[in-house]
Amino acid sequence: MGLAKRIIPCLDCDNGRVVKGVRFVDIRDAGDPVEVSKRYCEAGADEITFLDITASHQDRDTTVETVRAIASQVFIPLTVGGGIRTLEDIRILLNAGADKVSINTSAVKNPELVKQASARFGSQCIVVAVDAKQVPASGEMPRWEIFTHGGRKATGIELLGWVKRMVDSGAGEILLTSMDRDGTKKGFDLALNRAVSEAVCVPLIASGGVGSLEHLAEGVLLGHADAVLAASIFHFQEYSIQQAKQYMVSQGIEVRL
Amino acid sequence: MNKIAVIDYGMGNLHSVAKALEHVGNELTARTGEPTQVLVTANPERIATADRVVFPGVGAIRDCMAEIHRLNVGEIVAIAMKSKPVLAICVGMQALMQVSEENGGVDCLGFMKGKVRYFGDSLLDRQGQRLKVPHMGWNQVKQTRLHPLWKDVPDKSRFYFVHSYYVQMDEVEKITGVTDYGTELVASLADNNIFATQFHPEKSQTSGLKLLSNFLQWDGSC
Repeated sequence: MGLAKRIIPCLDCDNGRVVKGVRFVDIRDAGDPVEVSKRYCEAGADEITFLDITASHQDRDTTVETVRAIASQVFIPLTVGGGIRTLEDIRILLNAGADKVSINTSAVKNPELVKQASARFGSQCIVVAVDAKQVPASGEMPRWEIFTHGGRKATGIELLGWVKRMVDSGAGEILLTSMDRDGTKKGFDLALNRAVSEAVCVPLIASGGVGSLEHLAEGVLLGHADAVLAASIFHFQEYSIQQAKQYMVSQGIEVRL
Repeated sequence: MNKIAVIDYGMGNLHSVAKALEHVGNELTARTGEPTQVLVTANPERIATADRVVFPGVGAIRDCMAEIHRLNVGEIVAIAMKSKPVLAICVGMQALMQVSEENGGVDCLGFMKGKVRYFGDSLLDRQGQRLKVPHMGWNQVKQTRLHPLWKDVPDKSRFYFVHSYYVQMDEVEKITGVTDYGTELVASLADNNIFATQFHPEKSQTSGLKLLSNFLQWDGSC
């Protein structure tokens, strides 16, 4: 027995409300991130990822208050991502109770941010999130490039070199989303995940494309991910966290039950 | 009044540990009627008047030790260790040792005989599979000794770990729990009125909260 593979539900929040919808039949307010986080924690989630998609910078205060409220009631690790631009943004979120912060676009704009943040706050709390998309390369091995701004903006940066650089800069974990699969329910891009997992020494969280329990298990067994992140299959109660864990156990994967 | 001082020496996230202590404190208060107060402070007098002390720590050991020295936290912890229950968490536990390999070698407080070692870049499990560093996530803790802080915590419960360095103890009799990550690691230890964990009880849901609740009720004897 050893370290368990983790299952991480992800909440997308806009101005303090869970969006994309969450349908827990038995909670009063399914849009309240605190209620939803508590429910996932009680259901056996190994961590919670809170992704702030609030467009306006002025509404950051709402996010900080929400993080504070979640962290007061949820005693599993909490990762907060979205709109983090400066060391001060990170400090405020960690002080509000986030255990880790996830940096995406800002790492591309300013790679020094990851170095400075990990030196100041420790690698253990710096997650670098990467949105990757396969680019045409006829007759060659698959090649991926990273995209920013929620996957809308191409950067021309090659993925594997980028994640290695981010780990050298002090990233403690990589959150990898396949733009080709995100929202498709066709399963993780396994070749993509395996390539990143083998390229870096830090844990990998696979994201993007989960539509079934089989997909979660594949992410670990074939994608070599250390953790799997999903939103809609849990939000709409297609599957519970416990069902996901039981399925993973049946596939020989070690999980926390 | 049960007063708990969480030593604040500027090393990041004390919110989690303070909130978890308040949470279990409120539950105890509801049961016993004794109020609980959690103070996050570096003030020596406030720490001296607390009933129990939590010595947390996250981040790099060099920065932790620099702040520990600057704020005289070593002396504060030493005084607390003489008189009341102390719980050291993660880098707080590592700081009790003699020396750490992190940051090119850093002298620690030397309250316990042991070293802090790096996992290495080529850590393998028993089947020869590569293991990721940091050791991050939920791992099982085998209780190697009876202790009041293990009360009602099932043996081999999973706790949340996140670390790239681990403690190697000379005094193996002080080890209270071990976990397995490539090799057998010290997950927790105890010495009289001090208990220390490599894992984060404040992030370990039911089992972690139980351990914290036990700490709030512990008289420091074992």
